[in-house]
Amino acid sequence: MLFFLVFIILAVVAVFFVVGVYNRLVRTRNEVKNAWSQIDVQLKRRHDLIPNLVETVKGYMTHERGTLEAVTRARQQAVSVSGDLTERMKAENFLSQTLRSLFAVAENYPDLKANQNFLALQEEVASTENKIGFARQYYNDAAMRLKNQVEMFPSNVLAGAFGFHPEPFFEVETAAERQAPQIKF
Amino acid sequence: MFDLIRANRRRSALLVVAMAALLLAAGFALGEGVQEGAGPLGLLGGLALGSALALVSYASGDSILLALAGARRIDKADHPVLWNVVEEMCVASGIASPPAVYVIDQDAPNAFATGRGPERAAIAVTAGLLERLDRDELQGVIAHELAHVRNRDVLYLLMVVAMAGAIVILADTGRRFLWMGGGRRRTSEKSGSAGAIVLVFALVLMIAAPVVAQLLYLAVSRRREYLADACGAQFTRYPEGLASALQKIAGSQVPLKGVSRAMAPMYIHDPLAAVGSADVASWGSTHPPVALRIRILRSMAGEADLAGYDEAFRKVTRRAVGLVPAGALAEERAHAVPRPARGDPRSRLDRVRETTDMFWRLKRYAFLSCACGTTLKVPRAYAGQELQCPHCGVPHPVPA
Repeated sequence: MLFFLVFIILAVVAVFFVVGVYNRLVRTRNEVKNAWSQIDVQLKRRHDLIPNLVETVKGYMTHERGTLEAVTRARQQAVSVSGDLTERMKAENFLSQTLRSLFAVAENYPDLKANQNFLALQEEVASTENKIGFARQYYNDAAMRLKNQVEMFPSNVLAGAFGFHPEPFFEVETAAERQAPQIKF
Repeated sequence: MFDLIRANRRRSALLVVAMAALLLAAGFALGEGVQEGAGPLGLLGGLALGSALALVSYASGDSILLALAGARRIDKADHPVLWNVVEEMCVASGIASPPAVYVIDQDAPNAFATGRGPERAAIAVTAGLLERLDRDELQGVIAHELAHVRNRDVLYLLMVVAMAGAIVILADTGRRFLWMGGGRRRTSEKSGSAGAIVLVFALVLMIAAPVVAQLLYLAVSRRREYLADACGAQFTRYPEGLASALQKIAGSQVPLKGVSRAMAPMYIHDPLAAVGSADVASWGSTHPPVALRIRILRSMAGEADLAGYDEAFRKVTRRAVGLVPAGALAEERAHAVPRPARGDPRSRLDRVRETTDMFWRLKRYAFLSCACGTTLKVPRAYAGQELQCPHCGVPHPVPA
């Protein structure tokens, strides 16, 4: 009788434990997914800002056709590239670079720098760049949590059984990339 | 991160239970003190008072606090930089819905967060803060406040303040009653010495309860400030931002006006802390000494994450036990590359103008730009009239 009771209690505890670990794995995986979509949201937002920016700047930067066209082209490419992650990231990083040079060139146009519309757009672009960076950071944190849970005992047993697997990290490629997108003012 | 939140929640639950027990004991003692055998009634009274206050502060504690602080809600258009920084920190901390943003028209730099949790929260900053801090520093402060939101520190604080308030009310009534009416207390002849003991015990409890409540609350409050600093460093990956913000805030000589003792613990820097007392660790303060907080943030070498903060904390305070539970550290330690400062294109003057303009707009002043380059900021009283530009004398109609 006593043995039976102990057995029941142990079984109940085990079930609760398994459910808890499983739910935690699911929660973390959802978090990773959410974090991923947040990056997409911010990248899309940046795409949407650029036509407006180019339109505002065009009137002032009459001698910088090349810079403006490079931004427009880089945006086009970032929007159209699909599927492969590394390709997409390459396109987005290139877009960051062209934007940086656009703002660097804008330094030479005092009229432009006094334009309220331009200043507002500059703040928006800078903030969106920040958000992209923070979204990647949060994604990496979440992916790290998932990786730890998938690999560490005891949750690794359940993770293996239910097919949880680690998600890839964002790697910061070069030292220049590591320098957060600096917009020169 | 979630181990951390869980450990936090456990600690809060424990504290709330301890406070509730203290409240019930105070109620019981008050009852017994008033009349022998009325203890259970007093206990019920204490329970009712405590739950009433807790309910009020749960339901509307945040709006009460915001109103007390004189905070006004703003939109993105009112102060885009502040709004964007809040959004950035939400992205960094994984909070899905950004909190409401409030501003306080005071020159003392300070900030606080309120609300039950990430689903319903508000962040309030003063004009002085917006004017003094650059973008990196503002990020640090907002990250600290969002850490309070995410860790649900405010809910805990509201509950504990409600209960501590109930204890103070009970103890005050009790003391007054026992002091003045103690002689008239109806005691049955039989219980003589036992009744006296109960009376003495009740009196001691009445005097001690508020102090104990305060101490209980303070111990956990200081710990939470450290934790919010740690999370702030982790969200921004730039501890120096928060450190230099704290330095500016603590270094300001301007006092925050009209701040009540109940509100003080909410702020990022204790507005009641005497200027110059920054380095003195006091058991009676809700915040750790600000100089210590700055030193810990600045000695975070390498990793800008919870583990890095924990290490710095142990090094600076020379304590063996860190802040963060080991489980949370193991889970967090990775990919926390510190980042360089991002800089701020706005000068101090730009920030002052931006902030004062925001308050003019909130007061519904009309902005008229004159061809000579002057901008006239006109109060509502002049709506519909005509004003001359003070520089060039050109008349401008003020829109109604």
